[in-house]
Amino acid sequence: MAERVGIVAVAQTKFQPNREEMSAGELVWETIEPVLNETGLKFTNDDGRGDIESIVTCSQDYWDGMTISSMGIMSFVGGHHATEDKIAEDSLNALFAAYAQIRSGHFDIVLVSTHTKESMADRSIVESVSFDPVMMRPLGLDFFISAALQARRYMDKYGITPEQCAKVASKNRGNGMKNPVAQEPMNITVEDVLKSKMLIDPIHQLDTKPVSDGSIAMILAREDKAKKLTKKPIWITGVSNCYETHYLGDRDLVECEALVTAARRAYKMAGITLPAKEIDVAEICDEYSYQELLWMEGLGLCGRGEAGRVIDAGVTQIGGKLPVNTSGGMLCGNPTTVAGMARAAEVVLQLRGEAGERQVPGARVGLAHGTTGACGQHQCVMTFSNK
Amino acid sequence: MANRVAIVGAGQTYHRSHRPDVTQMEMVNEAVRPALADAQLRMKDIDAVFVGNMEMFEGIYLPDHMMADFSGAYMKPGFKIASGGTTGCSILEEAFHCVTAGIFDVVLVTAFEKQDTGDSTAGITCATTPAWGKGQARGAIHEFAKQALSYIKHSGATEAHAAMVRLKADRGACRNPYSHLKLGLKSIDEILASPPLEYPLRLFDFCPQSCGACAIIIASEERARKITKKPVWIADTICVHQEIFRAGAFCDFTGKERYSQEIAAERLYKRNGITNPRKEIDMAEVYEPSDWEEMLLYELFGLCPRNEGWKMVEKGITEIEGAWPVNPSGGVLSTNPIGATPTIRIAECVLQIRGEAGEHQVTKDVKTAFATALGGPNWTSMILLKRNL
Repeated sequence: MAERVGIVAVAQTKFQPNREEMSAGELVWETIEPVLNETGLKFTNDDGRGDIESIVTCSQDYWDGMTISSMGIMSFVGGHHATEDKIAEDSLNALFAAYAQIRSGHFDIVLVSTHTKESMADRSIVESVSFDPVMMRPLGLDFFISAALQARRYMDKYGITPEQCAKVASKNRGNGMKNPVAQEPMNITVEDVLKSKMLIDPIHQLDTKPVSDGSIAMILAREDKAKKLTKKPIWITGVSNCYETHYLGDRDLVECEALVTAARRAYKMAGITLPAKEIDVAEICDEYSYQELLWMEGLGLCGRGEAGRVIDAGVTQIGGKLPVNTSGGMLCGNPTTVAGMARAAEVVLQLRGEAGERQVPGARVGLAHGTTGACGQHQCVMTFSNK
Repeated sequence: MANRVAIVGAGQTYHRSHRPDVTQMEMVNEAVRPALADAQLRMKDIDAVFVGNMEMFEGIYLPDHMMADFSGAYMKPGFKIASGGTTGCSILEEAFHCVTAGIFDVVLVTAFEKQDTGDSTAGITCATTPAWGKGQARGAIHEFAKQALSYIKHSGATEAHAAMVRLKADRGACRNPYSHLKLGLKSIDEILASPPLEYPLRLFDFCPQSCGACAIIIASEERARKITKKPVWIADTICVHQEIFRAGAFCDFTGKERYSQEIAAERLYKRNGITNPRKEIDMAEVYEPSDWEEMLLYELFGLCPRNEGWKMVEKGITEIEGAWPVNPSGGVLSTNPIGATPTIRIAECVLQIRGEAGEHQVTKDVKTAFATALGGPNWTSMILLKRNL
């Protein structure tokens, strides 16, 4: 049995709408410096001496407006004459890659860095060029329009109401009030959400996330080193990811098959049989409010079509049986691509007992979810434990 | 214990400057099918699919998503890597980590570039930082012209030596059924008479833009032994990147810079107890965008003393029939679908180790080989392959 892999340090920027005063590299340094200071670890130098044996970065060329976007941050992640790889998917997959690097025995200590400055690009244009240029792109799709289709299908099939979706927005924006890095926390009611501008039916302005800039860094280490580096290592216990078909018309958008499959594999690896009972805190990508509900069902945290009743019953509030998105979620503002590691960062803080006012008492097992592409075409699930 | 990992199947498309007959997805599928056939596997036997590509070159964001149905990734784990020219090797490295770790048993990696649907040089100029350099960016040709000049300065090599490398590449390409440029060159005079690009580079001194894809299947030892009688073992991989602001990334007029290739080779050999690569390794497939680069690479990978790479060519050591063959496939000078270029290097080493390279099979018996990748501001990835571990 290979040794376990632990997260030994984590840092997030305060997420903000526009960090035009700094480059992507400088934004990355805002989180790299604290994780190096926290652990006392050093970059690998020209002679091959140093502590960080490998670097996994995660960003997207299209958002950075730069071919090989990791080149722009190379100096800031200690990449000079060092080992680096860039994962071009949601950043939870970068944690997956780092985990695999350590589990393989090839590396002991890996630095993971992700960044995106959404303020630099037009979301709709970037997303529209992800669609098959022959069959899909001419339809004028982006991920927002696709999400509206998915939301409508979800509401139609299971009777999920706009009020239930709005409750997610209200809960998460409220949770963000207790999270110092949250970008746009608000005390809002369900009525406020429903009264906000209808952008694409059935999604209102306050059902969506704001444009956001930010970066996150983490250091992962093999068990023996992790225990020396921190008193509170958080162990990665299970992980998997999955693709489904690209063509929206070939999918029943409410099924989220890729998520079901990824979750099943991750739970199997972690030995989790009853996720709703065994998981103490979950962070789920909620780019649009309905997604928290739909992805909860896909993750098996509640039955099919039951997420509406779950939010009505207050189960997912801080203080409920299964708090979801205590960080405030993406709805408070996380950049795309960074979102998955933002979820993981909150789980780490919760399991360390360092989540301040939003702490879930006694949280031991956590789940982070990251998704990439239209209607969650690619899904990644990771589980954590502090024991 | 950690799994040992072997390559059990490889496949590639034929390569052309234009493939108007297929979409990107269909072209990738053209490489996935022969890889599966080579390993005698079906998609249901594959645990995960990793994709590598330089998405800015074709104008598709998240191309791995678009082609999930064609790469075989449908309902399977995987992710995409985009680390510049090294991408095609990086995906194999990440897959190697995953299989060694026991996360997956059988992984398909596929890399591609379809350059007729984009503009790679425009893409490459976008790799310079927005704050500076964009106005001066002239793509890869410029960097390799400077490099050739610095190589001339230090080594005293002549344009005739570069042309000899090009001639060797064409001889290989003409014997390789998959290669893109098969020029049928007869003498170095034809190369020296080709139109100038940027001094000292001429048209034939530089790699083409190709459309093509390559797929490789790797498996854990237990599975590999069941899948094939000729597993090719991945002994080790290494990746050395460097920062973009390094002025001497590709060229070195001072004689003081350390190239990433040198550092990668040093670390790889040390970890694997290799003291004399010329004796302990049998051949290599290297990523040489220009013929000048290939001579420099001989030196940086420790195959000959510094500034003597051109002597290797003069003596014919690196020919298919030579004592230490390099790029018998015809190399990057004849075929260059950027994302897939390193993957092809690896696939070609696999053919050579298995003894299945057909007309371009090298004369000597290949037990150990390495493949290399070059990307970004002269980043290097290397993979060491063996017939027996």
